[in-house]
Amino acid sequence: MSSFTLPEPAARRATRRGSRPGRRSSATPLAEKAIEWSLLACGLVSILTTLGILAVLLVEAVGFFEQVSLADFLGDTEWTPLFADKHFGIWPLVAGTFLTTGIATLVAVPFGLLAAIYLSEFAPQRARRVLKPALEVLAGVPTIVYGYFALVVVTPMLQEVFPSLAGFNALSAGLVMGIMIIPMVSSLSEDALHAVPMALREASWGLGAGRLVTIFKVVLPAAMSGIVASIILAVSRAVGETMIVAIAAGQQPRLTLDPTVPVETMTSYIVQVSMGDTPTGTLEYRTIFAVGVTLFALTLLMNVLSRRFVKRFRYGASR
Amino acid sequence: MSVGVPEIRDGASIRRRGRNLGERAFVALSLLAIAIPLLILVGLVAHTLSDALGRIDWDFIVGYPSRRASAAGILPALVGSLWLIGLTALIALPLGVGAAVWLEEYGGRSRLAGFIEVNIANLAGVPSIIYGLLGLGLFVRFLGLDRSVLAGALTLSLLVMPIVIMATREALRTVPGHLREAAAALGATRWQVIRQVVLPMSLPGILTGSILSISRAIGETAPLIVVGALTYMTFLPQDPGDPFTALPIQIYNWVSRPQEAFLVNAAAGIMVLLVTMLTLNSAAILLRNRLQRRIRR
Repeated sequence: MSSFTLPEPAARRATRRGSRPGRRSSATPLAEKAIEWSLLACGLVSILTTLGILAVLLVEAVGFFEQVSLADFLGDTEWTPLFADKHFGIWPLVAGTFLTTGIATLVAVPFGLLAAIYLSEFAPQRARRVLKPALEVLAGVPTIVYGYFALVVVTPMLQEVFPSLAGFNALSAGLVMGIMIIPMVSSLSEDALHAVPMALREASWGLGAGRLVTIFKVVLPAAMSGIVASIILAVSRAVGETMIVAIAAGQQPRLTLDPTVPVETMTSYIVQVSMGDTPTGTLEYRTIFAVGVTLFALTLLMNVLSRRFVKRFRYGASR
Repeated sequence: MSVGVPEIRDGASIRRRGRNLGERAFVALSLLAIAIPLLILVGLVAHTLSDALGRIDWDFIVGYPSRRASAAGILPALVGSLWLIGLTALIALPLGVGAAVWLEEYGGRSRLAGFIEVNIANLAGVPSIIYGLLGLGLFVRFLGLDRSVLAGALTLSLLVMPIVIMATREALRTVPGHLREAAAALGATRWQVIRQVVLPMSLPGILTGSILSISRAIGETAPLIVVGALTYMTFLPQDPGDPFTALPIQIYNWVSRPQEAFLVNAAAGIMVLLVTMLTLNSAAILLRNRLQRRIRR
């Protein structure tokens, strides 16, 4: 580190590298500006990405809604764009998405919260250093691998308990997805718990409250906005998750909350159409963009909401 | 009930100790909440490994897909994934690092910087399949790249860019401000400070963070399906304009077939995928250690 507290003289570095000694002194104001602008251009790519997403989704979705009325899209209860008798009601896909997401959330919230409480309130430093990255691994496994697990391992195991379970079902996809999003809940929740000032805990102990009482009556309420943010983020991740549900939950859009039958989510519908040979410009092709817009709006809403909550706990902690 | 004051050295030690039965039970429960998911993951990987072991051999790695499960290989998918990851690194690294440098070193608290920042945070939350739709509409159709490796890599680049930017910013923030000031006081211009002080010091962090984020792209399936990766390919892509397939696509193809034998192929494919990811990650960590040694010297 010491050699970088001061930059070496330019000449020496240049000779050591044996290359173009004149280059380092060429920092003309013009070149400086050019560099700044090109770096800014890199940053602007991210804004172009957002605009690109909006443009692509909206252009194709507008084409879709010219042929299918919004009333049908939101009013019909059947989704059969690939059949002869076409219906374009989004609700079966929404129901499939919420069913799998709901199951995943039911798994991830208790596991994630308990993990967060342990890591923040009980774990010795050494355990924290090992367990935190270990939990993160859960979110790093490719989703296609989780999909395989759900279909090949979890569903047959569940079928031994519930013989009526279909080969494709929302239950096993949701359970496996829940495991995947545990780290989303645990790591942001742990940050929130950690940000609760020590003085609050000490005050509670001083009043004679035990440690569990302190955690549940003082620390958790104080960190609540951060915890809510983490849950919203995890839910949004589950809503946008694709491969697990595409592989294990089936491809039959139906308006049901029964976790034992095949369903279809918004994401797995997009996969289903993409795997087939649907020609560009047809109505079937445009349906995936209409579904995409719905999915995008839903996740964006949740992400914005989640950041609101995060902000609140950050400000709350600094007060 | 009293809190054991005498032994307290820091906040952590007072937080740590479980005292009565209720607390112990709660700690045990929380430990289970961490252990169970991890054990499930280990069990699932072990299960897959045992399925895959009989199938993985050299012929599988260098073979081409086949309608007979026992003759099928994974070479086109492996090569396709390496193409994708290479191109993605070439595109996403400079763009992501550039954007991060601008945000950290030039943007400051300006409104534009704030806007870009919020925008990146939003992009990081966009489901990957939406990026697939973007790639399909923009690269495949509008720019006419067709269903090529390049279109796939561009899509993945946009997908990982927010993560690369965040990792790079983290690394840039570890460079103490007084080094920038010292360099500036010696007459270095802004870019000279960045080029000769900030970047060399943060390079290990930038590289590790970026390689880790890019290695995640190798497991991405949904956007590639939407962009139009082939599911059955009997030749290798030769240049960025060629059609392609990728490891996760091949695995998906095998998983979605009803025959048991193809599921075994999928398990073997998953092992190849996981080993490829692990290799990339270890390479990132080795690289960081080497660079860190060089800098510390």
